[in-house]
Amino acid sequence: MWARAGRRVLRAPRGGCRGFASPAGSPGKAGGGGVSAGREAGRAALETGRIAREVVEHLERLALVDFGGPEAVARLERAVAFADRLRAVDTDGVQPLESVLEDRCLYLRSDNVVEGNCAEELLQNSHRVVEEYFVAPPGNISLPKLDEQEPFSQS
Amino acid sequence: MAAPVLRWCCPARRWILANIDRGPRHGRGAPTGSRSSGKRGQSSVAQQPLVTAQKPRKGEHQWAAVVGLEIHAQISSNSKLFSGSQVHFAAPPNSLVSFFDASLPGTLPVLNRRCVEAAVMTGLALNCHINKKSLFDRKHYFYADLPAGYQITQQRLPIAVKGSLAYSVCVGKKRSQVINKTVRIKQIQLEQDSGKSLHDDLRSQTLIDLNRAGVGLLEVVLEPDMSCGEEAATAVRELQLILQALGTSQANMAEGQLRVDANISVHRPGEPLGVRTEVKNLNSARFLAKAIDYEIQRQIEELENGGEILNETRSFDYKLGCTVPMRDKEGKQDYRFIPEPNLPPLLLYDSASLPAGADPQQVINIDQLREQLPELPSVTREKLVQQYGMLPEHSLTLLNEVGLLEFFQNVMKETRAEPKKVTSWVLNTFLGFLKQQNLAVSESPVTPSALAELLNLLDQKAISSAAAKKVFEELWRSGGKTPAQIVSEKRLELMQDQEALEQLCQATMEEHPQVVMDLKKGNPRAINKLIGLVRKATLSRADPTMIKEMLEKQLSS
Repeated sequence: MWARAGRRVLRAPRGGCRGFASPAGSPGKAGGGGVSAGREAGRAALETGRIAREVVEHLERLALVDFGGPEAVARLERAVAFADRLRAVDTDGVQPLESVLEDRCLYLRSDNVVEGNCAEELLQNSHRVVEEYFVAPPGNISLPKLDEQEPFSQS
Repeated sequence: MAAPVLRWCCPARRWILANIDRGPRHGRGAPTGSRSSGKRGQSSVAQQPLVTAQKPRKGEHQWAAVVGLEIHAQISSNSKLFSGSQVHFAAPPNSLVSFFDASLPGTLPVLNRRCVEAAVMTGLALNCHINKKSLFDRKHYFYADLPAGYQITQQRLPIAVKGSLAYSVCVGKKRSQVINKTVRIKQIQLEQDSGKSLHDDLRSQTLIDLNRAGVGLLEVVLEPDMSCGEEAATAVRELQLILQALGTSQANMAEGQLRVDANISVHRPGEPLGVRTEVKNLNSARFLAKAIDYEIQRQIEELENGGEILNETRSFDYKLGCTVPMRDKEGKQDYRFIPEPNLPPLLLYDSASLPAGADPQQVINIDQLREQLPELPSVTREKLVQQYGMLPEHSLTLLNEVGLLEFFQNVMKETRAEPKKVTSWVLNTFLGFLKQQNLAVSESPVTPSALAELLNLLDQKAISSAAAKKVFEELWRSGGKTPAQIVSEKRLELMQDQEALEQLCQATMEEHPQVVMDLKKGNPRAINKLIGLVRKATLSRADPTMIKEMLEKQLSS
C-alpha cells in the first residue's frame, strides 16, 4: 500500500481534516455544542500545534483518562505533530485504507449455540457481585469541570 | 394523563395549541387540522390532507410536526451477533454470556450468518438497496452495561439503504376511510445490543446482567415523513407485522424485542424545520402515539410561550404521561466512531456475481434470499380482499389483531356460510366481545369450530340472527357446550312448521282486531306491531320476514 502512494511526488501538507464521517451527521444523535467545539478546537490544534484546555477537558471526559499534567499534554502535541507528517503524502484519487483486513474474507459463523453457561467464572472477575449480577456504580457520574478539580499532581 | 387523544389524523397535519394535561384538568379541545397550503418549509415530502377540519380559532396559530423514528429490532436467532452464546429472553443472570460478550481481553468478534441473512431479508422486504459491501464500526461510550466501552455497529456503510415502508391509517368518523401512506427508510444496519442495568437506588448501585449483551439488532431508521403519533404508531405496527412475517424478529415490544426512539420537532408551515428532541424509552405500543403527541404539544406550548426547544434527549414517563429530560444524557455525546479493526468488509453477492466454486456456507446470495421471501402482510391483505370480497379496512383489522387472521381462516374452513357473513361476525361480534373483556384471541372461550357451527345453523336458517346472537353469548359464557346443544336447550330453533305458523298468525289477528283495522286503514306501523305479536306468540322462534310474508298473504286473501 505504501509503495503505491510513495510513487507520487511529495507535496506540501494539505489543510483540513480528511476525516471520518462525523457523528453529528448520523440520524438522531445530538449534534452541535460540545462536539463541534471540541472538533474545532482540535482543528485549531492541527494548525498551531497547541492543544487547548477545552480539548483536554473534552478528551478527558470522553475517554475517561486523566492527563495528569502538562507533560502529558506536551506528549500528545508531539504525537499529533509526528502523525501530521502523513499529510506530506499526496493521496489524490487513492481510496483510504481503513483496515489491513480489507482484502480478507469475512468468516460467517453458523447460527449454533456453542458458548455461555460460565457465569461463575465471569463473576470471579468482578470486585463486587450481588446474586450473580455484576455490581456497578449508579448511572453515569459526570466529571467535575477542570477548574473544580485539584491542581495537577505529579504522578 | 397525556395530551388529549387525537381522534383523527390528516396528512400534513396542522397542530393547534391546546392545553397540555399535566393533571386532572381537561384540555380546551382536541388539536385539529386544516387544509394545507402545500408548503412545508424544507420538508422534501409534501402531503396533501384529504380531511378538512374546523378552521383555527382566532389567535391560535398553525404548527406542523415532524416525526422520525429509529427502531431497534432484536434479530430472531439462536446465537448472538458476534459470539456463540445463546439468545433467550428469560435465563439466570449472566448465564448466556461468552468471554467475548463480557469483553475479556483476547476475544474477537465472529459474525453470525443468520443475522446477515435476517438483515438482507428485511432490507428486501422494505424495498431497500442492499449494499454489496458494508462495513462495521465502533461507537464509543461509557456505560456499565457495555463492557467493551464501545458498540459494534454500521455507521459509515450500512447493509441496506433507501427503502420505503407503506402503511394505512383509518380516518373518518367510523375509521372507515383508508389512507395509504409511505415513510422512507434511510437505512438498516446491524449492531450489538447492550446488557441490562437494574438500578438499585436504595443501595446506590446498578446491577448488570449481560445476557442481552451482544444480541444482534437491526436498526431501522425512518425518515421524518410522519406528522403525528398515530402515523408513527401505525408505521411501527406495520413494521412489526413485516418482521414477524419474515421471521427475522419476533418484534414483541413487551419483551423488549422492538424498541422505538422518536425524533420530534415542530415548525410553522413554510418555515425551516425546528430544533428536534429525541424521545427514548418508547417501548409500549399503547403509549407510543400518546408519548409522541405529548411531546409535540409540549414543544408547541413551549414555543408559543416564547421559550425555546433544547436539542436534548428525553424519556417518556409512563406513570406521569409526559416526557422528561434524561439526566444521564445531559451534554453532547461524541461517539468517536472508528472502523472496527477486527472485521473485514462484509461482502454480499447475487447470482451474477457469485464466485464459482465458493463454499455456500461462506457466501450470501441476495437473489436466493429474495426468492425465499415469505408472503408479506400487504400481499396477505390484498389476497383477503380479492378472495373474500372484504373491504380493505377489514383486512387491516384482521391482520392487526394477533391471532385473528388464523381464527378467521379456521372458521372459513369449517363453515358453509358466506365470507361476508363470517367477516362481519368475526370483526364485529367476536372481536367486540374480546375487546369488552380485554382478551387476546388466544384467550377466547369460543373456538373457531364453535363459531363455524353456529354460522352453519344460521346459514341453514335453523335459527334466526337474534337467536344466533343469544347462542353466541351463551357459548362465550359456558365454553363447553356446542351451539346445537344450546339451541335445543333454550329452544331457539326457528319454527319450521308452516301450518302451525299460519294458524298462529290467524289466531293473533283474531285476538287483536284493532291492530288489523289500523293496518287496513293504512297505518304502516301496524304491520310491525302485528309481527311483534306473532313473534311473541312463537316465543321468538319465527323468522320476522317469514311472519310478514304470511300475514300479508293472509290479509290479502
